[in-house]
Amino acid sequence: MIIGGNETVLVQGITGKQGTFWSERMRDYGTKVIGGVNPRRAGERHLHLPVWASAQDAAKDQKIDAAVMFVPPFGVKEAALDIIAAGVRKIVCLTEHVPVQDTMYFLAAARERGAQVIGPNTAGLVTTGVNFVGFMPAFNARVFQKGDIGVISRSGSLGTLLCLNLVQAGLGISSFIGIGGDPIIGTTTRDALVALDKDPATKAVALVGEIGGAMEEAAADYAATMRKPVAAFIAGAASPPGKKMGHAGAIVMGNRGSYAGKKAALEEAGVTVCATPNEVPGVLKARLKR
Amino acid sequence: MNFTEHAGKAVLRAAGIPTPEGIVARTPEEAAEAARRIGKCVIKAQVPTGKRGKAGGIKLATTPDEAAGHARAILGMTIGEHQVDHLLVDRQVNIAREMYAAVLNDPETEGPLLLFSPEGGMDIEDIAAEHPDALLQIAVDITKGLDEEALAAAVRRYDPPAASAITDILVKLYEAYRASDAELIEINPLVQMRDGHFVALDCKLTIDDSALPRQEMLASTGTPDKTTDLEARAKALHLKYIELDGGVGVLANGAGLTMTTMDAIRHFGGRPANFMEIGGDSYTKAVPALEIVLANPNVKALLVNFCGAFARTDVMAEGVINAWLHLKPKIPIVFTIHGTGEDEAIAMVRDRLGIEPYDLMDDAVKVAVAAAKGASA
Repeated sequence: MIIGGNETVLVQGITGKQGTFWSERMRDYGTKVIGGVNPRRAGERHLHLPVWASAQDAAKDQKIDAAVMFVPPFGVKEAALDIIAAGVRKIVCLTEHVPVQDTMYFLAAARERGAQVIGPNTAGLVTTGVNFVGFMPAFNARVFQKGDIGVISRSGSLGTLLCLNLVQAGLGISSFIGIGGDPIIGTTTRDALVALDKDPATKAVALVGEIGGAMEEAAADYAATMRKPVAAFIAGAASPPGKKMGHAGAIVMGNRGSYAGKKAALEEAGVTVCATPNEVPGVLKARLKR
Repeated sequence: MNFTEHAGKAVLRAAGIPTPEGIVARTPEEAAEAARRIGKCVIKAQVPTGKRGKAGGIKLATTPDEAAGHARAILGMTIGEHQVDHLLVDRQVNIAREMYAAVLNDPETEGPLLLFSPEGGMDIEDIAAEHPDALLQIAVDITKGLDEEALAAAVRRYDPPAASAITDILVKLYEAYRASDAELIEINPLVQMRDGHFVALDCKLTIDDSALPRQEMLASTGTPDKTTDLEARAKALHLKYIELDGGVGVLANGAGLTMTTMDAIRHFGGRPANFMEIGGDSYTKAVPALEIVLANPNVKALLVNFCGAFARTDVMAEGVINAWLHLKPKIPIVFTIHGTGEDEAIAMVRDRLGIEPYDLMDDAVKVAVAAAKGASA
């Protein structure tokens, strides 16, 4: 989903420790990793793949459909603008702690060029059995089995738990869309819900939200129009207001972003809101039988 | 990071926006001295929170004695969660009109939003509710910057005679917002004085925490979050830890999973003792993380919930086991471990601690909640 099985992927920061580790796993899983970018090591080969000085250089040699960034926070804006200038249409930004004004800047540049950004602060995307982009344990058979549930999550760790719970219950995952835990992100909960609604491989959706912001409320408007069942878990019911709970976006200010508000909006839209992630598979099974 | 009024006003002045003459005072004597120099003044509690006036933290004074008296009353006051330890003594100005101006990060438009209203002096929520027609909202294309001509034209609809002066302030406010990596910079009220000139009577400033490493100078003038001793220890190690009032200690990876662990504890009748997240780049810090969680004397049982994607559960579990064997706490510990490295992690917990991790998080949570209740009974 979002990044198709035949689409090529460029890795910004491929030579770093995490870039290397996850590029190998992505490639082993089936992702079409074509190489990477590191200005200081242009012309070398890494993991038997070419290294370019920039995405724009890479685009002269190869067709690039998507790019994923293993780049430190203050380097993200420049790397993203390079990818956008190279004409890449899909950008996955994994980095946490990107200054929000930098994010807004490259999101605006991406909008102008018609590029889709996933993240920042996302664990990435998985199309089970086809490819993955980011750092999700797609290759772990206890977490990912092919099936027909689409999963949306702001959090990588919680998304992983939810996928695992689905597999433990005998269900499987069509696609996982990690949207990221930052307050401003390129692909919202609603965008991800629309994508899974249109996806023929997805029959039902597990939506993992968090306190803070208004993305779950916006997604609820769309969920009300869907025929596919949606079950949700919203993290943060026990979190005190006014404190950032790990994610920069996970903070309740006044009434805005509260658990109660999100639960009410989703339930009004016909979404079943579960008390713990472990309850999600049972709810989806029951709703799919109806 | 939040800033007090006087720290925010320094940012405004650096951008060329005038503020009233003001002096910071930390004692009644300093306030009296400031009043002697300034004349008729306003004594204002410097805490990074709203509703200072309603709390009695803002008072007018005409004489040094009066200033000292107000200072004595306000210093030491608690407003919101902040104790007042310094004041701003500002010169009183002749107010003709009160307006509102702000720039903020807007999740809806995914860009900066500039707000202006000729009706100021009250909360923006109230302005939006009571004077919706008098609220100018401009979504700025951050790659192109503020369109000054369009802005001037828009402001002219609200206040033709003062449009160019207001536009000038809004342009400077946007520059201050960009230069300081602000989440929010707000002037409320923006005052037009009887002589026609404008002055920022108050300033609210919040800087994006992610940008603090490149805003070191500015960050040194901000107000650090209030922390407990344990929270301060965790912060120094770049660990995300929040102390709570329950008895079930939490150690998990990833913000989402950590919040969820707390939620599940509450759902099954217990209360979490803390938020402690060692995911992301912190996954090798299990030892100091555990030490901090256990240093809270309220912790009666510990729940370890790992679900590794990026974070390797074997590395985290090894850290926890080492710390546990070293600290030898006399409380029960419950594990649930999944994801990257789980086989090695589960085997280590089994072999070195003789404990069987739970396969379902809910089961682990129920056991931890019961253990904490049993311990305190």
